[in-house]
Amino acid sequence: MTAITIKLFLVFAKIGSFSFGGGYAMLPFIYKELVLKNGWISLKEYSDILAISQMTPGAVAISYASFIGYKFGGLIGCVSASLGVILPSFIMIVLIASIFKKFYEKDVVKAVFTGIRPGTLGLLAAAAYTVTTSNVKDIKGIIIFFAALLALLIKKIDPIFVLIAGGIVGIIFY
Amino acid sequence: MTQGLLTPIAFIKGASHNFKRSDDMLLGLFTTFFKIGSFTIGGGYAMVPLIQSEVVDRKKWLTSDEFVDTLAIAQSTPGALAVNMSAFIGYRKGGIIGAILATLGCSLPAIVPILIIAIFFNKFMDIKIVQKAFKGLRPTVAALIVYSVYKIALAGKIKNLWYILTVISALAIIVFKADPLIIILASGIVGVVFGRGNVKNDSNND
Repeated sequence: MTAITIKLFLVFAKIGSFSFGGGYAMLPFIYKELVLKNGWISLKEYSDILAISQMTPGAVAISYASFIGYKFGGLIGCVSASLGVILPSFIMIVLIASIFKKFYEKDVVKAVFTGIRPGTLGLLAAAAYTVTTSNVKDIKGIIIFFAALLALLIKKIDPIFVLIAGGIVGIIFY
Repeated sequence: MTQGLLTPIAFIKGASHNFKRSDDMLLGLFTTFFKIGSFTIGGGYAMVPLIQSEVVDRKKWLTSDEFVDTLAIAQSTPGALAVNMSAFIGYRKGGIIGAILATLGCSLPAIVPILIIAIFFNKFMDIKIVQKAFKGLRPTVAALIVYSVYKIALAGKIKNLWYILTVISALAIIVFKADPLIIILASGIVGVVFGRGNVKNDSNND
């Protein structure tokens, strides 16, 4: 059992180390490692887990890690895989954060960020576009989308309440 | 006489208040990110509006600028966006322990439901109510992310012509499927090339 625990950790550490730019960018790596290289899951299971991860809280990578970790290594496997996918980026971020303050005040860095901020907003806008086009599929979806937007914009309702309301509306509408 | 009593009391209160504040911060990091992690449904970007609402608006741990910068860094480093953002904010507010607590906080809600589902896999997929709830949640999450973009624009920290860069990056991703890291690097370079002149003005306005 220890061998599989270590293997789970290593495979997910590899996944966690090489994908940039947010959850879905990790999918090709996840597919390559879990389905092609190690044959741990079939393509169908891979898409089922993706669907489940859309329905459960948290990052998609952690969903895969805990699911597969549990499947092949029980509770310890689950923890090991989850730690694996989190640790590499965690360490890197802490390193960056620790030197960040020192460099943040420098003029060059400030100039860099005057460019990065609008660029990042563009990335977020792209994500907004992609998520909207893939999530809003029918008339009911459109209604819910605009209702949620109005609630947020005009009524300034807390996003968490809007989410809960969205789930309830889903149960009622569909 | 009350003056004499007040000073040592105030001192002790102050000392324990500082100690308590740091513990409060650490606990706050865990609970806030646990809350954020519990409601991040459907992918890492769903966390962005929630962090905005909790960390920027409610707790005021970050300004809107710092928030956008955190987002930039989190997208430039490998790994899940959620982990990167929580680790970074956790570290800035509470050191290494803050980073660990924030990351744990946002990851735990992901693990427990998945475990339960892994055990009862087939049955979960069939639960009609769950399916219906998520049909409602998906467009809601989309609206949330759109709102997030709007809020950052509203914060007004990005000056007019720089929005061209926003549009270009958005198009680069949507149409050309560019790598986010490339976009961030390119934006940084544009910032250095065109931004130098603006930096002095910005710091005067601050």
